[in-house]
Formats: sequence, structure tokens, C-alpha cells
Amino acid sequence: MHTKTLLELGQSLRSGEFSSVELTQGFLDRIKQHQHLNAYITVTEAAALQNAQAADVRLANGTAELLTGIPIAQKDIFCTLDVKTTCGSKMLDNFTAPYNATVVEKFNQAGAVMLGKLNMDEFAMGSSNETSYYGAVKNPWDINKVPGGSSGGSAAAVAARLAVCATGTDTGGSIRQPAALCGITGLKPTYGRVSRYGMIAYASSLDQGGPMARSAEDAAVMLQTMAGFDEKDSTSVDLPVPDYCAGLNNSLAGLKIGLPKEFFGDGLNSDVAATLETAINEYRKLGAEIKEISMPNLKLAIPAYYVIAPAECSANLSRFDGVRYGYRCENPVDLADLYTRSRGEGFGKEVKRRILMGTYALSTGYYDAYYLKAQKIRRLISEDFKNALTEVDVIMGPVTPTTAFGIGEKMSNPIEMYLSDIYTIAINLAGVPALSVPAGFVGGLPVGLQIIGNYFAEDRLLNIAHQYQQVTDWHKHTPKGFE
Amino acid sequence: MSLTADDVNKIAHLARLGIEKQDIESYAKDLSGILDLMTQMSELNTDDVEPMAHPMDQAQRLRADMATEQNNREKFQAIAPQVEAGLYLVPKVIE
Amino acid sequence: MEWETVIGLEVHAQLATKSKIFSGAPTAYGAEPNTQACAVDLGLPGVLPVLNKEAVRMAVIFGMAIEAHIAPYSVFARKNYFYPDLPKGYQISQMDHPIVGVGHLDIDVDGVTKRIGVTRAHLEEDAGKSLHENFHGLTGIDLNRAGTPLLEIVSEPDMRSAKEAVAYMRKLHELVRYLGICDGNMQEGSFRCDANVSVRPKGQVEFGTRAEIKNINSFKFVEKAINHEVERQIELIENGGRVVQETRLYDSVKDETRSMRSKEEANDYRYFPDPDLLPVIIDEDFKAQIKAALPELPEAKKQRFKSDYNLDEENATILISSRQLADYFENVVNASGCEAKLCANWITGDLSAALNKAGLEITDSPVSDERLAGLLTRISDNTISGKIAKQVFEELWQSTSSADEIIAEKGLKQITDSGAIEAIIDKIIADNQGQVEQYRSGKDKVFAFFVGQVMKAMQGKANPAEVNKMLKEKLQG
Repeated sequence: MHTKTLLELGQSLRSGEFSSVELTQGFLDRIKQHQHLNAYITVTEAAALQNAQAADVRLANGTAELLTGIPIAQKDIFCTLDVKTTCGSKMLDNFTAPYNATVVEKFNQAGAVMLGKLNMDEFAMGSSNETSYYGAVKNPWDINKVPGGSSGGSAAAVAARLAVCATGTDTGGSIRQPAALCGITGLKPTYGRVSRYGMIAYASSLDQGGPMARSAEDAAVMLQTMAGFDEKDSTSVDLPVPDYCAGLNNSLAGLKIGLPKEFFGDGLNSDVAATLETAINEYRKLGAEIKEISMPNLKLAIPAYYVIAPAECSANLSRFDGVRYGYRCENPVDLADLYTRSRGEGFGKEVKRRILMGTYALSTGYYDAYYLKAQKIRRLISEDFKNALTEVDVIMGPVTPTTAFGIGEKMSNPIEMYLSDIYTIAINLAGVPALSVPAGFVGGLPVGLQIIGNYFAEDRLLNIAHQYQQVTDWHKHTPKGFE
Repeated sequence: MSLTADDVNKIAHLARLGIEKQDIESYAKDLSGILDLMTQMSELNTDDVEPMAHPMDQAQRLRADMATEQNNREKFQAIAPQVEAGLYLVPKVIE
Repeated sequence: MEWETVIGLEVHAQLATKSKIFSGAPTAYGAEPNTQACAVDLGLPGVLPVLNKEAVRMAVIFGMAIEAHIAPYSVFARKNYFYPDLPKGYQISQMDHPIVGVGHLDIDVDGVTKRIGVTRAHLEEDAGKSLHENFHGLTGIDLNRAGTPLLEIVSEPDMRSAKEAVAYMRKLHELVRYLGICDGNMQEGSFRCDANVSVRPKGQVEFGTRAEIKNINSFKFVEKAINHEVERQIELIENGGRVVQETRLYDSVKDETRSMRSKEEANDYRYFPDPDLLPVIIDEDFKAQIKAALPELPEAKKQRFKSDYNLDEENATILISSRQLADYFENVVNASGCEAKLCANWITGDLSAALNKAGLEITDSPVSDERLAGLLTRISDNTISGKIAKQVFEELWQSTSSADEIIAEKGLKQITDSGAIEAIIDKIIADNQGQVEQYRSGKDKVFAFFVGQVMKAMQGKANPAEVNKMLKEKLQG
């Protein structure tokens, strides 16, 4: 059962080939069997079976939707009512959310069955899933490699078929990069397309939730449920949600693809570059025109991002103070001790590094040189995207400079880790949508192709990815041992 | 740009972040490295550029003034480290 | 040396909205601790703020009332600091782009009008409360107040005495209540102020170093705290010391200010635009809507009362002190058709005295505007005398009857029948020949005796003018 796609499973459930309870039990068994991947922080077995039962009722009485009875999993950054929600941190190891995130609520309404909460980099800060308080997640393609991050648990779970699909969040590449490194399809929607309410904030002006799935088609079904205006989120955009499945089969003839020369320079591994070239050729065959473009300010995306994201995070994480919820240090002697020890003991090293960085960038005397400067560069980068996207329909490029690196390989060098985000973070600064689609393998490890579109052009991106998946089968490969 | 251990201590205090003594130097080194990365930004003249705080050029939406939230204290305080008589307790605050 | 005092005030007015500035939790005062703190107010992980339209409207109304520039584009910023009554570790406030820009307010001190500049007014959220009593040496935190909308109104350092500061604060207090944007309850903390105080040798242009006195919540304390602080600073300087820029707390029990070093340390607030909130855009339409609904402002109303109703400064000032009182006055004038001065005198006199005694506001007056108008009509048309009217007023206060009902029931109608008055006057002249002689020999004072006797005999119901006229004729013989 676990080899089928979301849409196939939905059909089987509705035709009565098997029940949601059977399907859910099957996935729960697989999660146990492959515990060593460390993809899940919490498995909600009892609630999952109960919800599967409820889904079976809906399936029987004809009120089922596409997602009804489908076992999915949530990144542990989304608050889930009465379920432990940790954000990958010791700070929230004892935190049971008293409410549901809007995204969670929407999946519940659709009748999806939540299997559990997925491992992630602590507070979504990391590119390898190694900063999690709950330990590194292993890449199902090679358990000595990282799955990417911060949505590493989500990517590994979907790749290893431990969930039909999963949610992720993307602040600087946290959906696309792990999707690429684990060989699945992951979409970061336009900023404001998916509600951030109940999604624990890392960098509020960059964070965006999105689908992680086996195929573009599955991602389209997920996005259909996730997207939409939410009055609880001031930054959510009040625009109608299109039918993401309707245009999947549109022809790509005449599609204009731009390849920024800045994306194909020195840092890119030559095997990865060759793989991407083959993929782009595939698009040529599908009728697309390829054009080289230039986005001169892209090179400043990393410094701008590593000012803005830490600055926002330094304030966003101030609420974790040991007063109302979460970790509190033992026997604080006074208020200052309560704060510094609760926060010092509750947060891991990478989170502290970014809080310090952000605090510094906002402090008196440095604000203009760092924060304000970064915001100005953010505008220039965003204009680069706007300009490029008047010239071409979509932009294509790599997601990562290399395939998955070894666990422990970059942990001692944070800057090297930051530099590996080079192809993904500019997209978050601009707020445009982008997805990663499996495009081949190098040395047995997946390579992702990034497709970047204009604001609210998710339907177009899904169509472009889906057409590619009609002529290639990279997305159908399953890692050994997880067939 | 390089940060000293003293700088790190000051920032850590602003952020109320306890840092082990033996880690201060490594934070100073990491942060200095990150700041070096930032210096690239100063190479670009941005005098005429408007800072961008949000990806969307939109106005704040305004909510109707209605009290819609019910008392949920019991649920909220069930996850609190220390409460009494409906209050959150902290070490004595000296004014 | 002669010293000059320089004062600027930062007033925090809680806006009278039903719900909080960024959440749907109610704002009512006095609820059980933490029962009005919702997920957003508590700063739970993942929650987001959404701005209350009414808070924006109220800020704009205030800006219009002080003739300030209303910012078409204003921005919320995070002010970062750690304190247990501040759940998120930052306060959502406004820094670079406040909603209300430069405006002014005129105050009157000792008959002189002075214009005080208002630098800005911005929206922000209130913090919760720390309770220090008896939790085994711990502090209890109540977050009901967290997220209540505040308008922080910052003045220019234009005041030169504690008296001017109080006048400014009173004027502001009157204005916000007038506009209906703040209940002005200082005991409950709805209206409170911080005072920036400095001194400088008279004639010096540069300001001296200022101290900020925090959280003063009564007019009396503002005056006392400033005076005390001025004395402290002068004494310090004259003894060779220097004023340091710091935050001080006024202790009303000891009548002194003392340093709050705990709040001083490292207050680098690291303001930056709140990424969870978008810029607030106020367009011409929104402004026009608010302007159309803008009530007549106190100063304009006062001028109108003086010119249209011929009121003196004193009565006009009292009547416009609240919108409700001014409305009451105008309703009485309209309903009674009486001379405005009579209405004003009754409202600022007997009615105000009775309300004060009972501790009631005009809105809770047992004598409605309509019923008072009924009484005044009867004074005007000579049905009753002013003296009887006081008796009727007491009945109005106690009962629900109308003035006419009371007059009829108690037989208080004034006697205007000259025959009846004449008969009584004749009898009194006959019975008091000694006094008649005295009067006729030039002792005018005796006249009052006769008036008193007549009124007594007629139980006060005679028309005094009629009695006077007739008595004079008869006594002259």
C-alpha cells in the first residue's frame, strides 16, 4: 500500500480496496520498523487509529474529500492541540500545544489522518537536521548522510514511505533543500499563501509552510488544502485559491525558462551541474525555450539573509522565558537567573548563535550598518526576481551545491553550512514561490532541480514539475530497504 | 570585524542567554566569521534604496472590535511551570 | 541662582475598546487573574497579532482633536526587553512612524493661555501586572491587562512648572473623555503619566539633564512628584553634584522620588519593524468618515456656549467639562425654553451639589434633563418661586414624579391673585402698627420684615415681585 501515491491511495480508499484503519496501521508499522531514521519525534498512534476510523465513516457515507483517510505527518513546528509540539527543542520538550495551527486544522477538516510529529532542526535553524534536540535524522538513501533541513524529518519520512506526504516550512530553503537531498517534491509557496498561525515562528517575514510529497500532483492536492486566507494572520493574503490540479496537464510549449548565470558558477558541483543540464534538456524537448539571465544581487543574499533572519528570530524567541510554558531551569535564585538559565539550558548552540547574531545586528550603533542595509539589499534582490520574471516565465537552477553531505561533516563550521543555502535563500527574501523536483542521482544520492515562479504562480510551478514527472521517473525511485 | 569575549557577554546579557564560560570564545569566533560575511554588503551602494520589511506590498488589515475569546485559563495554565491562584509565579521582581 | 524648570509629559491613555489591540480577548477591568488573557496575549508559540480597527479610529480621532498630522503610513515596531509582565519579551509599539504626528493643546494657567506642543501620539499594547504580595516570596503575574490598547501621547518639553504640567494633564484628560476614547479612570490606571523633569539656570538655552518619573496616576501626585524632583535636582546641583539621566519612581507615601536602577541596566530596546504586522495605511476616505463623526471639541463648545447662550466663563467652563454634562445642559435649555442662564445656574448649582453629595455622575442623575426642564419652566412662568423650586427639586430627586405633579400634589402653586395677597397685606399692616410707623419715619430696613411676614403667611407661594409692589404702595399709605 505504501508504494502508492496520494491520489492512488485515495481511490483505493474510496473503492473500499482497503480501509483507512488498515492503511494507517500499515504506516504505523513501517514507522516502528524504521525507527532508526529518527524521522518522528512523536507518533500519535492511538489518535491516528481513531481518526482513521472516523475517516472510514466519511469514506463510507460519501462525504470524503481527496485527503480523507490519508496518513500524513506534520512537521513539529506546527502546533497540534493536546499533542506535544517541540519545534525540535529542549525548550519545548514538555510543551503540549493548547491549540491547533490553521494548517493542522485544515488537514483535520479534510479528514487526513495525522501519524505524528516530524523531526526538524531546532526552531527550524539548520540545514542538516543535526541541530535537533532529538538527534539527527538519517537520509534514507544513505544513513550516514544528512537528509537536509530544517524539514529533514518530513523529507526522510516521505522518501522512506513513513507517511504519504508531510508538511514542511521554509525560511531559507527548509522545504526545498531536504526535498532535493531526499529525492522528493517540495514546494515553498508565495509568502502569505499559507497561514502562519500556529506555525512556531523563526523569521516571520520569511517563514512559509508548504507541501512535501512524492510527486507534484500529490503536492498540488496538499496545497489545495493548505492554502488560503486566514484572518488570524495579518500577513496572509486574501486572494482566491485556484484549482491546483486543473492545470497540471497544460502543455509547456513556448514556456520561457531563465537560467541565472549566477546559479551555475564555481560553487556548483560538476556532477550536479551535469544532472541539471540533462533535466533542462528534458524541458527543451517539452517545448520550452531556454534563456540565460543575470540576477546581479543574488550574491548578497546570504549576508542579507543572515542578518534579517537572526534579527527576527532574536525577538521571536524572547517569549521562551520559562514563565508561562516550556522549559524552566531548576531552582532559579532570582529573575535574571530564571531567564538566563532557562534560555541558556533550553536552547541549543545554533539557536543561541542566531539569537546572538540577531541581537547584535539590532543593537544601538549597528542597526543601520546591518539590519537596515540588509533590508535595502532585500529590496534589490526582490527587484532582480521581478525583473527576471518579466523576461521569462520561470527561473530554474540548483537547490543545493552538492548532494547530501555526511552527518557531522559541517557541524563544526557554521559558515560553511550557511553557504550551502546559497541557491534557496534569495527566494525567501523576495517571497516568490519555488519548488524542488527530483532530477536524477549522483553517486546514488538524489539531486533536485529548483523551479522558481512569479508571485502566486504555484499552479504554474506544479504544472511544470508535473509535466517533467510525466516524462521522467526520478520521483518514483525508492531508497533501498524502504521498498 | 571581530567580536571579543566581552562583546559576546554583553550581547548574551541583552538576550538573557546563559552561555557557558568555555563556549564564549567559540561564539566570538563564529560570530566574527559571520560578520565578515556581512561586510560584502557594504560594497554595494544602497543610498537610494527603500528598505524592504515585507515581501508583500500590502496594508495591515483591521479587525472589528469584538471580544471573541473565552476564558481558557485552565488549559493555558496546565502547561505552566508554576502557578497559584490563577497567577504565573516568578522569582521576586524588585522594582 | 534662579532656576527654571522644564517638563515634558508622556501620557498613557488606555483606549476604551471592547477587545484588545491585537487579540479578541475582552478588556474589562477587574476580572479574575489571567481569565482575559488569550493565546495571543500570553504570547504562546505560533500566535499572531491582528490589529483592532477601533484602536486605530480612536488614535486618529485624537490626532484630529489636537490638530495633528495623521500619518497616512504608520508602522508597528517591536521594543525588546525582558520583564515577566511582558509575555513576548517585546512590546508592540510604534517608533519611527507613529500614527499621530505633531499637534498641540492649549492650557490656561492663572488666566493666561499657553500652547503646549504635542510631539507625537502612538499606539502600543499595555503590559500585564506584577503582584508582589505573599506568594512565599515570589511574584505573581496577571496578564489580563496585557494587550490592552494604549495611546502614548508625548508632549514637547514646553511646561515650566508643576502647575502647568497638571493643567496640561487635566486638559488632556478632559479631551480623551470628551472624545469617548478613554474612560479616564486614573485609579484603575486607564490614564497615567511619566514626567521628564529637568532644571536649568534661568536664561540658559540648553536643557539640563532630565530624570524620568514613571507611572504617576493622579493629578495631585503629578504636582507633588514634579515639585519634589525639582527641589532634589536644584539641591543636588547647588551642592556641587550632577543630575544623572535615569528613571525614578514617585513614592506617594513618603512623598519622594527614588531611582529605579533595576529598570536602568542596559536598556537597548533594539526597535525594529514588527514583521507580523503590515504598515497601517490611513486613506482620505477613512479620515473623512472619522472627521464626519468627530464631536464638537471642548474649546469650540465653550465659545459657542458663551456666544449663543450668553454664559459667563465660569459656567461655560464647568458645563463643557464633560460631553454628557454639556449635552444635559443643552437638552434642558431646549426642553424648557427658559433663559439659558437660569438653566446653567441650576445645573452648576443645585444639581451639581446634589450629584457631588451622592457621588454620582451626570449620566446617573436621578433628575433627568427632561424633569429638570419641567421644573425650570415653572420658575420661568412664575408658577412657583425660586425658593419653592428648591423644595420641588428635592422631590424630583427623591421621586419619579414630574415637577407639575409635585406642584399640584403639594399645592405649591404660587399665588398671583392680587385680591388674596392684598387681604393678607392689609391684615399684617393692621397687626403691626409699630413697624409701620418705623417704616414711615424712614427705617427702610423694616420693609424686609413685612415681606417675610407676608411670605410666611402665604407659605412662600406668593409671587415675590407682586408682594413687593403691593406692600410698597400700602405702606406708603
